[in-house]
Amino acid sequence: MTTVKTTGQSRVTDSAITWLFRNHIWLFLCLAVMIFSITSPYFLTVNNISNVLTQGAFIGILAVGMTMVMIDGEIDLSVGATLALSTALAIGLQEQIGVWPAVLAGLLSGAALGFLNGTITAYSGIHSFIVTLGALIGIRGLVFIYTGEDALMVQDFSYTEYAEIYLGPVSITALTFFALALFFQWVLSSTRHGRETFAIGDNIEAAHDAGINIKRHKIINFTICGTMAAVAGILLSMRLGTAEPNAGKVWELWTIIAVVLGGTRLTGGFGSMWKTIGGVMTLAVLRNGLRLLNTPNYVELMVMGTVLILALLLDRFLANRTEAR
Amino acid sequence: MTTQPPILTVNQVTKTFPGVVALDKVSFDIRRGEVHALVGENGAGKSTLMKVLAGLYKADAGEIIYKGQPVNITSPLDARHQGILLIHQELSLSPELSVAENIFLGAWPTNRIGILRKSRLNKDAQAALTALGADFGPNVRLGSLSIAKQQMVEIARANAFEANVVIFDEPTASLTDTEKDLLFATIRDLRDRGVGIVYISHKMDEIFELTDRITVLRDGQVQGTVQTADTDLGQITQMMIGRELEKFFHRAKSTLGAEVLRVENLANARHFRDVSLSVRQGEVLGLYGLVGAGRSELVETIFGVRSMDAGEIFWHGQPTGRLTPRKATDLGIALVPENRKEQGLVLGQGGRANISLPHPGMFSRATIMSISAELRVFENYKNRLDIKTTGPEQVLSDLSGGNQQKFVLAKWLCAEPKLIILDEPTRGIDIGSKSAIHELIAGLAENGLAVIVISSEMPEVLGVSHRILAMSDGRMVGEFSGDEMTEKNLIEAVSHRTPAAPILA
Repeated sequence: MTTVKTTGQSRVTDSAITWLFRNHIWLFLCLAVMIFSITSPYFLTVNNISNVLTQGAFIGILAVGMTMVMIDGEIDLSVGATLALSTALAIGLQEQIGVWPAVLAGLLSGAALGFLNGTITAYSGIHSFIVTLGALIGIRGLVFIYTGEDALMVQDFSYTEYAEIYLGPVSITALTFFALALFFQWVLSSTRHGRETFAIGDNIEAAHDAGINIKRHKIINFTICGTMAAVAGILLSMRLGTAEPNAGKVWELWTIIAVVLGGTRLTGGFGSMWKTIGGVMTLAVLRNGLRLLNTPNYVELMVMGTVLILALLLDRFLANRTEAR
Repeated sequence: MTTQPPILTVNQVTKTFPGVVALDKVSFDIRRGEVHALVGENGAGKSTLMKVLAGLYKADAGEIIYKGQPVNITSPLDARHQGILLIHQELSLSPELSVAENIFLGAWPTNRIGILRKSRLNKDAQAALTALGADFGPNVRLGSLSIAKQQMVEIARANAFEANVVIFDEPTASLTDTEKDLLFATIRDLRDRGVGIVYISHKMDEIFELTDRITVLRDGQVQGTVQTADTDLGQITQMMIGRELEKFFHRAKSTLGAEVLRVENLANARHFRDVSLSVRQGEVLGLYGLVGAGRSELVETIFGVRSMDAGEIFWHGQPTGRLTPRKATDLGIALVPENRKEQGLVLGQGGRANISLPHPGMFSRATIMSISAELRVFENYKNRLDIKTTGPEQVLSDLSGGNQQKFVLAKWLCAEPKLIILDEPTRGIDIGSKSAIHELIAGLAENGLAVIVISSEMPEVLGVSHRILAMSDGRMVGEFSGDEMTEKNLIEAVSHRTPAAPILA
């Protein structure tokens, strides 16, 4: 009897360990939270955690879309620029067409640009790194043309009150992030589109030979990614009440870092939203914690760079270990 | 066994590639419930034929009749839909997906809005796995299974799609004996359920164990189809060879000198064991064997790239101990690897930079490269090896395979080695350059170098060598010199049969 029980228990521990190995970023996150809780009295307060969640959520929403694209084995560098464009449209168009139509226009611009990125990548065979690098520059130019190099201001300030909706300590921005991440995790794990996204990133030839429509899946994922960038842009416009032409600059890099930090592979075929949530929150906690400790900005960058490399080394080490078995 | 009508008939199929007729009016047929072997040497056209059947290539002429109707197979997907499935040497599966997802890849059951019906998927997969007697479940991640079990997943896929014809291309190449038995049981089971099976293999004992009929291909032509029960290894070998021997007369006319290298009881735990050989000045030693026999691993172990787990190496009679590539090079051993692109050359650079690449010390003073020294050596070898290039800076990717290969040789020869090991020196290059390389090998030996040539091409190894060692499954299975060097002896040696033991099928 006892032996049966122990094996049952050890099986549970085993699978928990396996889960942690495959989602090692959560170990990092727990470690970071522990360290900052000890070193700063302000860290583990409701107010601060609420802040961390909100601050992380913008990159987080971008990362949700990026995860979809990356599991396909592609990348989208234009998310920061797309975010800026949707912010500008959502604020700039309010006077002409009203608040909600302007928001909708912002969302549609993101979806359309994502669709365009996906279509060009899927049909031309040019690597998405190049396609979306072009898009990054082009869209940013478009934003400057539209805003005329100055920040656009929202006319009706009641618009910014939407950002102040909270559920307990959790802001609407953070809620949106978590809701989207959970929804797309479900898409990844339970829909045909989601699982075929993995199949494409894992072994594109096998997927092709099995008759999976690779182009369609890639276009859908780029469209999701563009839409996510627009969602983040809309939330940012509500929070700031202004649309800066430089909004979201280099956020594509932070987004990629968050996703990769989580453990989703750049080469495709492997990843999840759980990992991405872990990566996003680790990044947000590090930034917040280092600021609470009054770390100079350049030291903060150094620490974050080091953590990224360490996390990737750990990932490689664990991957080798499982392969050796 | 009752004679069934053919389920698939290949009628006068021809396929040409630039400069080669890969298939020349090939006809053969597959019946329901038979295992039909397809044999032939490397380059005989087996793979091309299978790729035509699987929709990867389109035939230039001829027709394929399937279930009584002429068909046009346009893609692997189309072939699968029609019920023809090719199981490659390299499996085409997705390691990060589950077993069930792999079995039904591209045809997952969903509800109306695209949500996967996982329980249905797993149930169907479990049924397919149970039918095969698999001991793993549908939920396992594919990448965590052994190669043999992954192969079972491919076969389960064939069952799930109700394949009528399943083609196995060298399926046992990476299997252990027990795994092989399991595979054979599965294949027999498929056969008993009326599936027509094509079995491609180099291993004659497997063919005689498993198959009902044998079709022999040679140089793109069918040499004949025989009942396995009515034939023996001798006949099959005869059909496989048949060609006029000795198209190549480039054997070095050198006088053999002292022993240069001797290897005793060398072993590498994963690839070969108990291998002994020696080679003398002026001698060309051929190393024949099929892909996977352990030939490349053997020379890589001698050269110190792979770990040496047992045995001894002697250089001019002196034990060397464990070698590293650096030590081996210093002794005077040069290894010219098989894959020019991956291991031998930097294709984006010119000939000058490529020749000097492994010997920076020869061309530099205080780490600064001397371009004039490089140019001198470049001109020297360009003339000696008759390399067709516009100049020292022409990037090698613009050159033909034959000329690229000459640069690989130049690169190693300029260190003036005493022993040069050539791994598949003429793979993928045209006939003209081939004979130039053969001439070159003879020239090297006549100048007193010891040469080891690894080749899967029998005429090549027979044409250039003074002596041939045959390897199979990581062991030496024969040594031949003089009149014993015949295609028949080599085929029989690597097929695990001695000439004296006839096959009783």
